[in-house]
Amino acid sequence: MDIKDIMKPENMVYSKTPVLTSTTMHYCPGCSHGTVHKLIAEVIEEMGIQEKTIGISPVGCAVFAYNYVDIDWQQAAHGRAPALATATKRLHPEKYVFTYQGDGDLASIGTAEIMHACNRGENIVVIFINNGIYGMTGGQMAPTTLIGMKTATSPYGRDPKLHGMPLKITNLIAQLDGTCYVTRQAVHNAAAARKTKRAIRKAFENSALGKGTSFVEVVSTCNSGWKLSPVAANEWMVENMFPEYPMGDLKDR
Amino acid sequence: MKEEIIIAGFGGQGVLSMGKILAYSGIMQDQEVTWMPSYGPEMRGGTANVTVILSDKKISSPILSKCDVAIILNQQSLDKFEESVKPGGVLIYDPNGITRVPQRKDITICSIAAVDIAAEIGNSKGYNMVVLGAYLKMRPVVTLENVIKGLKKSIPERHHSLIPMNEKAIAAGMEKIEIKNSI
Amino acid sequence: MAEKILMKGNEAIAHAAIRCGCDGYFGYPITPQSEIMETLMEEQPWETTGMVVLQAESETSSINMLYGGASCGKKVMTSSSSPGLSLMCEGLSYLAGAELPCLVVNVVRGGPGLGTIQPGQGDYFQACKGGGHGDYRMIVLAPASAQEMYDFVDLSFELAFKYRNPAMILSDGVIGQMMEKVELRPMKPRWTNEEIIKSMPWATTGKTPDRKQNVITSLALDAAVHERLNHTLIAKYKQMEDEEVRFESVQCEDAEHVIVAYGCMARICESTIEMARKEGIKLGLLRPITLFPFPKKEINRLVPHLKSMMSVELSTGQMLEDVQLAVNGRIPVNFFGRLGGIVPSPEEVLEAFKNSINK
Repeated sequence: MDIKDIMKPENMVYSKTPVLTSTTMHYCPGCSHGTVHKLIAEVIEEMGIQEKTIGISPVGCAVFAYNYVDIDWQQAAHGRAPALATATKRLHPEKYVFTYQGDGDLASIGTAEIMHACNRGENIVVIFINNGIYGMTGGQMAPTTLIGMKTATSPYGRDPKLHGMPLKITNLIAQLDGTCYVTRQAVHNAAAARKTKRAIRKAFENSALGKGTSFVEVVSTCNSGWKLSPVAANEWMVENMFPEYPMGDLKDR
Repeated sequence: MKEEIIIAGFGGQGVLSMGKILAYSGIMQDQEVTWMPSYGPEMRGGTANVTVILSDKKISSPILSKCDVAIILNQQSLDKFEESVKPGGVLIYDPNGITRVPQRKDITICSIAAVDIAAEIGNSKGYNMVVLGAYLKMRPVVTLENVIKGLKKSIPERHHSLIPMNEKAIAAGMEKIEIKNSI
Repeated sequence: MAEKILMKGNEAIAHAAIRCGCDGYFGYPITPQSEIMETLMEEQPWETTGMVVLQAESETSSINMLYGGASCGKKVMTSSSSPGLSLMCEGLSYLAGAELPCLVVNVVRGGPGLGTIQPGQGDYFQACKGGGHGDYRMIVLAPASAQEMYDFVDLSFELAFKYRNPAMILSDGVIGQMMEKVELRPMKPRWTNEEIIKSMPWATTGKTPDRKQNVITSLALDAAVHERLNHTLIAKYKQMEDEEVRFESVQCEDAEHVIVAYGCMARICESTIEMARKEGIKLGLLRPITLFPFPKKEINRLVPHLKSMMSVELSTGQMLEDVQLAVNGRIPVNFFGRLGGIVPSPEEVLEAFKNSINK
């Protein structure tokens, strides 16, 4: 059988959503970012909201998210994405506005911004990538780094006496009255990715309903920072990150 | 015409609002005006003062070292501003709480027992309007008609029913002012 | 003639914002400018013009809300005082780098640090020479009356959008707290979303099939691209210096000496000029209205006819350096300043001026 006979529309089982650009991603092989980008792009396509969606990209590896998801983007200063999203949504109530932030961005330098945006119940979506490490700056300790985990700035492992305990910021966010949906997901296998996509879709739908802030944490891998192969990183995540950051909805109302 | 006035007393005596009413009266009389308060924590219980300038011409500096009239409502303010009155100017004070009366001989000194007068007319909140009346008696730089217009502009519409009471307080101040030193 | 209302400079800013079609105000309380947000909240413009007013959790957040709003092509503004402006400097650098128009009002108090809540002019360097990181400039307007506080809001937005650049109103505690009569200008409607899409094709208004995605960023990791961005910015600043210089000149034409002062100090020095003239001293006043771009050419034009200039500021001598650069050593440039929130009287300035020329 010739390849041309196979490449027919009726045989198509998968195609890249047009909301995802054809630009080659700069992410390391095995990184979770690419998968989460794809899920967001698919949700935008399926909901038919490409013209109505504005993304806010962070400082961190995902700073270039605008190169991959074909919507209008604002690139924020480190940690400030929720402030940009607040103003954008309030000035454009008819738009879908989401921030895409890592653990350093959201849980360290941007703690005030995320807490207050969530507490005000801004009708935005927050996608929080938690891989327990600073990827872009070269593997330094994050607020969510696990106890004992070695990073460039905790070379002997995170010591609570020296560095404090891992910050379970999603649990704090769930306490805030402004949030309507707070969930923790992962994308290490197909089933998990499908669940994450459903969570992202629900979050976007919530923002149109004006229910408040929807917050989707994606526990992720940074195999380069963790110095593990992609497969080993996934296994390490399940074994070590999941007990500290358990999967599931923390709040859904 | 240019009239430079310093009003000084405790926060809560209505120093700033009296200045505002006077400034608004000036606007009603088509004058140029500035109203420059002391601001900050002293507004909450300490001393407060405001500089009001009324003029036929454009006003340059809103900050003064000397004034034509000082309206003094406590001892600290008297100590601070007695020397600021230009020779030939006017100092009006409320003797309530004053332990050392003004001494200068080169200025007109008047007293207005505004606390007592306001109590007598049953309008203790109209204290600063009694003082304003005393000032207007000495320095009729704005007409009473324009002062009433200024009052209307300065206070929220829901309080406009209080204007006749304030008019009464102004009249009482005009009547009860006592000249202590003439030049 | 329109009605004239007695109001504080700070209140004038708020009324001007509502009436000139501002889309959003985001701020955090700080003395001596809190009346701006208080007036906006009292007026509830979201019920009338649809303007958004929000008390943010910090100045850091306020300025980044401006980044978000400005990215959408909206007329957005914030206000603060000195310590708050320091917190905003990060955001100002990003706004300038991303070429976003917005208005920032600084009602200056004395510093450094927590300093005093009384008036100051010590933020001149921060406003005119950067403050945040990198090579950028802001358009800086210095009002000297409550009416100018009002009028410069609309003017700042006009200039900010003309150049796609942050504009600042650099005021001070005197001008913010002082009441004067203010004429309210006719209402301007807010821009519709359609107008924004048409006139600001760069804005993040939602990617439609007829155009490429819009991305607002100040990031340019490619060296050549980044150098080009800087050259684009420099070209704008050059154009501002050519086209936007504003100043007021008081009795400079026959003057032998000229005082340079802005904001509240210009008002005080105007009285000093009047006093000096009565004494037969030929003293003039040059009041820069734009601090960036600075009226260098006007100083250059005046210098050949002058014996001296004096910069008078509520600082230790910041604008002084720009006056010195423009004078370029041709005549003496003297300085008089007070600090700690002490605002000198016109007499005190006159005394200082006399001392400076009799040295």
